[in-house]
Amino acid sequence: MKFHYGMPIFAGLIIFLGLVTFPLWFNAPSEAYKDPEPKLPTEAEVKAAGFDTFACVESTQFMREKHMQLLDEWRDWALRDGKRSYTNAQGQTFEISLQKTCMKCHTSKKEFCDKCHEATAVTPYCWDCHIEPEGYNETH
Amino acid sequence: MKRTRRSFLKFAGATAAAGLCFSPALSIASGSPGHGSGPKVTEGSKHAQRWAMVIDTNKINTKEQILELEKACHVWHNVPHIVDEEGNPTKQELKWIWGGHFHEVFTEKHNNFPAEEIENREYPLLCNHCENPPCVRVCPTKATYQRPDGIVAMDYHRCIGCRYCMAGCPFGARSFNFMDPRPYLHELNKDFPTRTRGVVEKCNFCVDRLAQGLRPACVEKANEIAPGAMFFGDLLQEDSEVRQALREHFTIRRKPSAGTEPGVYYII
Repeated sequence: MKFHYGMPIFAGLIIFLGLVTFPLWFNAPSEAYKDPEPKLPTEAEVKAAGFDTFACVESTQFMREKHMQLLDEWRDWALRDGKRSYTNAQGQTFEISLQKTCMKCHTSKKEFCDKCHEATAVTPYCWDCHIEPEGYNETH
Repeated sequence: MKRTRRSFLKFAGATAAAGLCFSPALSIASGSPGHGSGPKVTEGSKHAQRWAMVIDTNKINTKEQILELEKACHVWHNVPHIVDEEGNPTKQELKWIWGGHFHEVFTEKHNNFPAEEIENREYPLLCNHCENPPCVRVCPTKATYQRPDGIVAMDYHRCIGCRYCMAGCPFGARSFNFMDPRPYLHELNKDFPTRTRGVVEKCNFCVDRLAQGLRPACVEKANEIAPGAMFFGDLLQEDSEVRQALREHFTIRRKPSAGTEPGVYYII
């Protein structure tokens, strides 16, 4: 059996594979991916912020996965339904407010929010309006 | 056992009944939100069926007084003060509460020789929180909406800056953020957000303060300047302070012929 146009086909395939795998071999020598490490508040900081319990509004895993849905619901509850208190399954109640609740403990956008957002290349525009407690001019 | 139609139906019925008994128990056990969790109205917040305001223009009627109200409101809500090099207001100015001359405020036909003192007063102006708000009707994204208590509120997250509401509002109560407001904000209230470039904003009847059990910033300030200058309360409660004020004084509202039923009344 004769292979027609073997030379250009194989040359093309090699070039194609080279291009497709470019990100893999190009990044191979660089450092391995590290999980982002957002700075979590310490118990003393939480107490100083005026909260009775050390726990966040919901569990760490929940906040990691679903804080955006939580914030989305919080916004609608507070603005549309006029409900500004949130009680979690443990029975603890928090005021529904990004600036007055979340950011009382998570006092640095740079050290907390930005860590994961930068690693995952998302740019939520929360801080176009909401005021982060410190350094808003640096990142704005 | 021979499976008859009768025995099958009996079994199906029994299963359905058992399911109905057990399903609430199962849904609790399966980790759905516990009792009492979820959003609630904050305790100690102020409520009304229809919020309204009465302004006594015998007591608040100068530019200086209105400037004080403006300061109280704008500082609380992070409303920037945008002026040109000479310190004059510009077209990019943002206002939640401001002042106006008699003829700009009450534009409908009045008598040909009005009382001079009344004609020369400066009138405090703000969003009227109309009962039939045109801004809500024209908003294509439902960023502006009317709450059950009559407050015409805004969700800035949804505002696309089309400015239909500004065209719709007969009272000029809305301002557009032509530029980022933050460089013009010198003292920030960190308990309230700012706005961003490209959204419309307006007075929110201090819905955020009412939720904390506080009265509106302008009402508090006005009563500090001149006690009894501004009343705020439930229009549908006969014994509320606004109804009391409306009973005792002659009041007018802005542009009644527009049919929007403003919630701000002026004692003349």
